[in-house]
Amino acid sequence: MSTADRTVTLTYRDAMREAMSEAMRADERVFLIGEDVGRYGGAFGVSKGMLAEFGPERIRDAPLSESAFTGAGIGAALNGMRPIVEIMTVNFSLLALDQIVNNAATIRHMSGGQFAVPLVIRMCTGAGRQLAAQHSHSFEGWYAHIPGIKVLAPATIADARGMLAPALADPNPVLIFEHGSLYNVSGELPAEREPVDIERAAVMHAGDDVTLVAYGGLLGRVLEAAERLTGRGVSAEVIDLRVLRPLDEATVLRSISRTHRAVIVDEGWRSGSLSAELSARIAERAFYELDAPVERVCAEEVPTSYAAHLEQAAIPQADDVVAAALRTVGRDG
Amino acid sequence: MTPVHPPAGRPDPASGPLPPHAIELLRGMLRIRRFEERCVELYSATRIRGFLHLYIGEEAVATGVMRVLEPDDAVVTTYREHGHALARGVAADALMAEMLGRSGGCCRGRGGSMHVFDRASRFYGGNAIVAGGLPIAAGLALADLMLGRERVTACFFGEGAIAEGEFHESLNLAALWRLPVLFVCENNYYAMGSALELTESQTKLTIKAASYDLPAWSVDGMDVVAVERAARRAALAIRGGEGPVFLECRTYRFRAHSMYDPDLYRDKEEVREWREGHDPIELLAARLRAHGALGQAAIDEIEAAIAAEIEHAVAFAEASEPEPVEDLLRDVYAAAQDRP
Repeated sequence: MSTADRTVTLTYRDAMREAMSEAMRADERVFLIGEDVGRYGGAFGVSKGMLAEFGPERIRDAPLSESAFTGAGIGAALNGMRPIVEIMTVNFSLLALDQIVNNAATIRHMSGGQFAVPLVIRMCTGAGRQLAAQHSHSFEGWYAHIPGIKVLAPATIADARGMLAPALADPNPVLIFEHGSLYNVSGELPAEREPVDIERAAVMHAGDDVTLVAYGGLLGRVLEAAERLTGRGVSAEVIDLRVLRPLDEATVLRSISRTHRAVIVDEGWRSGSLSAELSARIAERAFYELDAPVERVCAEEVPTSYAAHLEQAAIPQADDVVAAALRTVGRDG
Repeated sequence: MTPVHPPAGRPDPASGPLPPHAIELLRGMLRIRRFEERCVELYSATRIRGFLHLYIGEEAVATGVMRVLEPDDAVVTTYREHGHALARGVAADALMAEMLGRSGGCCRGRGGSMHVFDRASRFYGGNAIVAGGLPIAAGLALADLMLGRERVTACFFGEGAIAEGEFHESLNLAALWRLPVLFVCENNYYAMGSALELTESQTKLTIKAASYDLPAWSVDGMDVVAVERAARRAALAIRGGEGPVFLECRTYRFRAHSMYDPDLYRDKEEVREWREGHDPIELLAARLRAHGALGQAAIDEIEAAIAAEIEHAVAFAEASEPEPVEDLLRDVYAAAQDRP
C-alpha cells in the first residue's frame, strides 16, 4: 500500500491538535495562548502534550483574562507573530468581545490598510452536554455579523485537521468554532494531509428534492435526517456551510436552483440568526426558484436548560429536520 | 465634590538644571498646542466633525515620553491622541488630512481624530474604547519579548481606564510575563465628567498599579522635564528586561472633554487655577527664560515655524481629494498578498 492510500483514525480533538502542532513545527511565529492550554492540556484536551514538545513560551498558559489575552493575541499579530488564541468556550468570548469586535475586526480598515491582524481565535461552542444556560450558546451567527473577521465552523474531522493552516495563512482575524459534541467523534482520514479551502461550502450528500443547509455540530443530525428522508422517498441534498463569514451563498443557491426547496438548520436562536440571514438571501436571490416556503429549524428561544430532556427539546433534532423537509415537499411527517 | 488643585505653589523657575534640549521640548509642546487650536477653528468652521478630544494642557506628557522612545518602539494610545501622534512623528499634513477625512489622511479618512494609525512611526492607534488599547500593548510587547527584541511599547491611557477591567487584566498579564510595556497613565482627574474621587475607592493610582508587583511612579505631568526624566528611567529598566513600569503623570485638561461637552462638572475657578499657574508650556518657558536660554526672538522663530507647518498641513488637507466612494469597501480584509 502506498503512502497516498494509507489512512489514520483520528478524533476531532486529535485532528485539531495535529493541525496546531504541524503549524507550530512549520512556523516558529505560531504560538498558542489561552487558559489551561499548557499544563492542563486544554479544557477539552485539544492541546494535550503540546507543552512538552513546544515549551511554555509557545504553549502559553494565560490568566483568566479573556480580554487581555485575546488583545495580546491581536498585538502580537500586529507585531510579527501568528498567534492562536484559545478561548475555552464561546460564552467566555463575551468577555473578550471588545477586543474581537472593536479591535481585531476594525484595525485593518481604521488604519486605512496600514495594518493587518493575522490572528486565529479558536473556541468551543454549542449545546447538548447538559451544561445549562451559560455554557451552551451558539454565537457563531453574532460573529458572522461582523465585517473584518472570518468565521469558520469545522464540522468534520477533515476540516478540523485542515482548516487551521489556511486560517493561519490568512492575513485577517479568523474565528474557528469547534462544537463541543464533536471532540470525541472519530473517523478515518488519509495519512497524507490534504489541503482544504476556507472559502466554500461543501455538498456532503447529493440529492434532488430539497436542500438541507447546516454547519458545525448539527451536520451529523442533518446527514442522519437525509438518510431517513431517502427511506421516505425524498432525495435530500446536504450542504455543510463550513464558512459562516464570508458566506458562500453561491453553493447554496446553486443547489436550491435544482431542488427548489430549502431547510436551514441552525443551533442558534431563530431571531436575528444566521438562518435568518441565509433565508433572506435565498428570498432575495432565488425567490422564483422556490416551490415551497423556506423552512428553518432553530433552537427554541429560551435559555438552555440543564435537564437533558428540556435541553434536547430546545435544540434541533433529526426528527425536526425530517418533518421540515417533508413539509417542503408537501407531505406532513 | 473637592476641587482638584494643582501642585501647591508655583515652582521656582530658576530651580534645577535644564537639559540642553529643553527648547526642543518647548517647541514640541507648542506645536501640539497650536495644531489643536487650529483644529478648534476648523471644527467651528465645520471642516472637522465627529468627536474631537483636545490634549491642550496635557502636552508635557506625550512630549516628554516620546523623547525617550526609539524608532523601533511602539505606541498605543487613546482617542485623545493628536499630541501623541505629532510627538511620535506622524506628519502634521497626514494628521490634518485625516481630521478632515481626506484621502491624504494617514488612514485615508477611515479613522478620523480618534483613530490615528501610522505604520512608519509604529503608531498603533488611537482607541476610542477606554482601556481598549492596553491588551494590544501587552501583545505588541509579547511579540518583542518572544522575538528577542529590546523594544518598548509605550501605552497611554487616562485615569478613567483604571476603572476598567482591561486595565487590571493587562497590568497583571504584563507584570506576570515581564512584558516590556511602559504604561503611561495620564491622570487629568476627570473621566469625561466623572471626577476621580467619585469613581475610584483608591485615588492613589500608583497603589492600585503597584498591587500587580511592578514599579509604579507618579510624576508632575505638567513638568515636561520631569516626565522625560521619569520616562527615561522607566524605558531603561524596561529595555534591561525588568518588565513593565507604570508611570502616572498628573496633568489637567484645559478644555472640555470633547467639543460636545459643556464642561459643567468642574469649577471654572479650578480650571483657571491650572491654566494660569500650571500651563506646561508656560512653566517651561519661564524656566528657560530664568536660565537665560530663551529670548523673544527664539520664541518668535519657533512660533513662526510652527505656524508655517500648520498652514501647510491645513492647505495639504484642504487640497487632498476625498476618498472615492467606489473605494468604500477597501481594506475591510487584507488580501493574501498583503500578508503583514
